[in-house]
Amino acid sequence: MTNLLLFPILIPILTASVLLFFPKRVAAQRAVTVVGLVASIIAALFLLRTVMTDGVQAVTLGSWPAPFGISMVSDPLSVSLVLTSLLITLGVVVYSFRSIGEGREKYFYYPAILFMLTGINGSFTTGDIFNLFVFFEVLLLASYLLIVLGGEKRQLRESIKYILVNVVSSAFFVTTVAMLYSVVGSLNMADIAEKVTEIGQSGILTVIAVMLILVFGLKGAIFPLYFWLPGSYAAPPVPVLALFGALLTKVGVYAIIRTVTLLFPHDPGFTHELLMILAILTVIAGCIGALAYYDLKQIVIYNIIIAVGVILFGVAQMNMAGLEGAVFYLIHDMLIKAGLFMLIGVIIAITGTSNLREMGGLMKTYPGLAWTWLVAAFGLAGIPPLSGFFGKLLIVQGAFEADNLWGGIIILASSLIVLLSVIRIFIHAFWGEPMPVKGTSAGIYRGLLIPAVLVTALTVFYGVGTEWLRPLMWDAAEILHQPSIYIDAVLKE
Amino acid sequence: MKSSDVILQTATKVVFFLIFLFAIHIFFAGHYTPGGGFVGGLLTASAIVLLLLAFDLKTVSRALPFNYTIMIAIGLLLALGTASASILFDVPFFTHAYDYFDLPLFGETSLHSAMLFDLGVYLVVVGATMNIILTIGSDD
Repeated sequence: MTNLLLFPILIPILTASVLLFFPKRVAAQRAVTVVGLVASIIAALFLLRTVMTDGVQAVTLGSWPAPFGISMVSDPLSVSLVLTSLLITLGVVVYSFRSIGEGREKYFYYPAILFMLTGINGSFTTGDIFNLFVFFEVLLLASYLLIVLGGEKRQLRESIKYILVNVVSSAFFVTTVAMLYSVVGSLNMADIAEKVTEIGQSGILTVIAVMLILVFGLKGAIFPLYFWLPGSYAAPPVPVLALFGALLTKVGVYAIIRTVTLLFPHDPGFTHELLMILAILTVIAGCIGALAYYDLKQIVIYNIIIAVGVILFGVAQMNMAGLEGAVFYLIHDMLIKAGLFMLIGVIIAITGTSNLREMGGLMKTYPGLAWTWLVAAFGLAGIPPLSGFFGKLLIVQGAFEADNLWGGIIILASSLIVLLSVIRIFIHAFWGEPMPVKGTSAGIYRGLLIPAVLVTALTVFYGVGTEWLRPLMWDAAEILHQPSIYIDAVLKE
Repeated sequence: MKSSDVILQTATKVVFFLIFLFAIHIFFAGHYTPGGGFVGGLLTASAIVLLLLAFDLKTVSRALPFNYTIMIAIGLLLALGTASASILFDVPFFTHAYDYFDLPLFGETSLHSAMLFDLGVYLVVVGATMNIILTIGSDD
């Protein structure tokens, strides 16, 4: 089927459009959303199998020849990101049933999630740089609604910052695309890559590459540009935070990966060196933040920033080990961040606060939650059988192969700080003297914990099944390493 | 003291239809001349806004009893459906089709499926604009 790779984008937008007809009927909203997501997951699984057996899938919309129409491209990296996003969204939607509240559910909460998912999956799949901009706006517009929905004072204040930052970065994006178009004369990414190779990466193209890194860095929160993230992400309720933390910054990271591997790989002495320095600074800034706070949400939010740094550091090595590690770590991080945010949501529901100093001794009353948290924390830090290990191992191997000894050592040291930051939550919240807590009903507790445990279990399988996933990740890294495979798949004939 | 808007209201009753017809013209002309779903939708919305200025919110919503959110949804489904029809024929998404038809009044006319997509855009634009204006307008 020609259009198979579009189904994970089309089914969410179709479901979202249908949901607009009956916003006040909460039960129907929930049912239709789950059905739509399950259908998308099935489509994504079929797509994954097709990509694994037949190689990169590409379709140019409207039956136009390749560089003239909008190309959509599904390679192993994008299809695994799409599948991961769908799984996480399904988990978060089930989690929302017990936590988001009817007030929000009646005001287009589920349509907003599905529209955001459309934008995310579209950004992962598109092969056209202006179409990437459009999908960015689709996901950003939906995320504006999600961040402000509910209208609490804090949400209103933070959404103004969030919108302001993203409007500025979108304007930068358009300017950069305009510059790129005036130099290269094409918007199709494969075509741009080919033309950049032909004319050589001159000074102006390197400037454009750096501008693209800045634009996507603002979305994906790299070192000097992450300032908006901790405040904005702490404002919305936990399920929205889980979606944002797991998916939104990773779209920016994915866009940086595509930019530096496909479009501008010809001047690594400048662009990749710059990216590596920024990545290391991002890791350090994230580590400082993760240790500085006694607030559950802030600790995990700063862990997002650390992970963004680690992934980009892997990409900046530009060897197979580094790239494969980055791909492994990217998907691990999406899953584990969703799991962690869902778990802190359970803790907040029980204790009624996100301040670590006001909780303790939850181990006795909520052992299931405690052990799940411990598994998730070890997975995040990269303890061997769990999911974070293999990606970081490959990234460090890539760093040593590329002679970036100190970078590799900083990445390893950051793992310790990551572990410390999440184990501190474990020690303060679960050990010690029991503190008086607000408590929650068994039904809500179970309704929140089960999806969180399922997502955490997914990360455990991801870690244990490394050998089984390796061919997929290897293919993904190979295409990043040799962009000609991607270009040939799009510009065939 | 109650002010009288006789001139404004009478002029509006005439001008509304002129603007509306012009919007329809712009919408249909989009394929060969400047125009299309977006400006057509904005013009239609502006005609309704003129009604809102001359009369009050209640009168207008009684005269035009649309739920604009549903209008957006219908527009989205129409646009999506037009583009997705290509899936049934197993050609790339968004492939359009056109043909020549002998219509009773117009004679030989070319009909293009892009028009249906534009109709979707038109409905979304009208729905979104009216939603914004009505939400702000009815807010106290």
